[in-house]
Amino acid sequence: MIAIGMEGSANKLGIGIMLHPNDGSPPQVLANIRHTYVSPPGEGFLPKDTARHHRAWVVKLVKQALKEARVSVDDVDCICFTKGPGMGAPLQSVVVAARMLSLLWGKELVGVNHCVGHIEMGRLITGATNPVVLYVSGGNTQVIAYSSQRYRIFGETLDMAVGNCLDRFARTLHISNDPAPGYNIEQLAKQGKQLVDLPYVVKGMDCSFSGILAAIDGLAREWGLGGEEKAKEDEQKNIQKSVITANEGLESTPTRADLCFSLQETVFSMLVEITERAMAHVGSKQVLIVGGVGSNERLQEMMGIMARDRGGSVYATDERFCIDNGIMIAQAGMLAYGTGFRTPLEESTCTQRFRTDEVLVKWRD
Amino acid sequence: MEDYKPPALPSPFNNTEPPPTLLAQGAEAHLYKTTSLNPSTPAALKIRPSKPYRHPILDRRLTRQRILQEARCLAKLVREGVSVPALLALDWEGHGGEEGGWGGAWLMMEWIEGDLVRVVLEQWEAWMKKNQASLDESQIEQEEARVRGLLKKMGAAIGALHKAGVVHGDLTTSNLILRPLAGADGVGSVSTEGDVVLIDFGLASQSAQDEDRAVDLYVLERAIGSTHPRSEPLFDELLLGYRESYKGAPSALKRLEDVRMRGRKRSMLG
Repeated sequence: MIAIGMEGSANKLGIGIMLHPNDGSPPQVLANIRHTYVSPPGEGFLPKDTARHHRAWVVKLVKQALKEARVSVDDVDCICFTKGPGMGAPLQSVVVAARMLSLLWGKELVGVNHCVGHIEMGRLITGATNPVVLYVSGGNTQVIAYSSQRYRIFGETLDMAVGNCLDRFARTLHISNDPAPGYNIEQLAKQGKQLVDLPYVVKGMDCSFSGILAAIDGLAREWGLGGEEKAKEDEQKNIQKSVITANEGLESTPTRADLCFSLQETVFSMLVEITERAMAHVGSKQVLIVGGVGSNERLQEMMGIMARDRGGSVYATDERFCIDNGIMIAQAGMLAYGTGFRTPLEESTCTQRFRTDEVLVKWRD
Repeated sequence: MEDYKPPALPSPFNNTEPPPTLLAQGAEAHLYKTTSLNPSTPAALKIRPSKPYRHPILDRRLTRQRILQEARCLAKLVREGVSVPALLALDWEGHGGEEGGWGGAWLMMEWIEGDLVRVVLEQWEAWMKKNQASLDESQIEQEEARVRGLLKKMGAAIGALHKAGVVHGDLTTSNLILRPLAGADGVGSVSTEGDVVLIDFGLASQSAQDEDRAVDLYVLERAIGSTHPRSEPLFDELLLGYRESYKGAPSALKRLEDVRMRGRKRSMLG
């Protein structure tokens, strides 16, 4: 069985082709390509621009994916697309493309929940059997555990997603959005040393990030660390720094790197804490981290220490599978397709709101 | 995968005789049974070990904040005469490990004898299931009346807690102990005689708002619904006990109706 997966719920357009061999041997990734819409520093991606980007690239990427996978249209069994959750406009452009291909080629459609796609891809790549899942990205922050055919949400953010919090602070500091704002924050945070006091907001299994963002934005303003000029200044200083590092003592006023470091330490501690609670609650020893923020090495390290102290282990993937991609949609879609699930053309809509626990997970016991 | 080893005990508990026994391990804290001052006085020891994944400054700040919050709530409740374990000792700068560095914080409390309400209700439900066929209607009624009485006492205990200006934050039947009266043992299924004592104030805070009080009750209602299906229909009895316990109760109960309607319907973008 071969499926094409089409993902475009945010600024990444991903097309993936997966093969599930009929003899039951492990699934294979035939193609996994992605094109990202990158906005200028200091700005986020707007729905209409992102949708325009996806419309412009989708045909090209599908053609390229088929070529890379060395399969013809006839070999394809079904077309899987992201039904939600996500930003409305980009979701729509991809669903229109999926519908068009379905009519053109006479293939059946499978609508996939984006979060379930992440979980299934993570399970496939890491081999974790029944983990507690921490799903962290620019749009989602959830702690999930599987129980009787549903991925149940144990804890989640009460306001913004953790990735959104990091991305927006990157905007405050005018950090580049290429390849991703969170990645650049991570690099800058490696130079940070001083921990700045920030709010720490965990309520039971839930957490909240908007107050932290407001607090750190305020600190950046207070110390004059935000904005374009400071970003340029920092770049120049970095060049000179290699010469004078030896003389540098500990500074009393925090730097931009210190703020990035403190933000990461604080929000990641919150995430590890709620994950640990969920593990204690369901008695699981495996943690799987998925989603774009999941590719952050500091988060993986902290989660690893926590899991080790509980006698368990952490499973994480790299950016190819963590960050939004097409194969995860193909993977989850094909699992559903195998149980007889189809999305008829007239129901092939998309939705911004589609909770993880709404999906009936028929392919697991 | 290696076996789990709890973190080393902070001093002085690393050299007390007999060593404290581990009773329960949550995500945040370990609960031990030990003795206080002399070997015949049992005491409960709650340790919040340091979390090595956190930045040390953040770790100290959170651990200190949380253990002090718990201790302050307990101290206040004891003063107000609410039945909770008395606070015996506390160290928010506990030292542990071989180097004697920062090892977490600990809190020692009075030992409460008795079974968890969870266990009492489970035993009762199991007993009812087994003997239901052989009981006549008046006996069933009598049995249910005993549990009603227990739920009413639980309601009154929670009312007293709220009256004192503290909300628990994590009310479940595992956080309530039924302390038996001396020498009491009745006929029938299980004993429901005794005082209801509230324990585990790890998530407690000081609040007199209807919202927080209502959420406390809602959490307990949900917990009873999922763990004690047979006792759930009797939950109204608990609310009755609560209503009669203090003056502000009716308005908290009114808020409870709103909280029940809320649920989590919101969805995230992604």
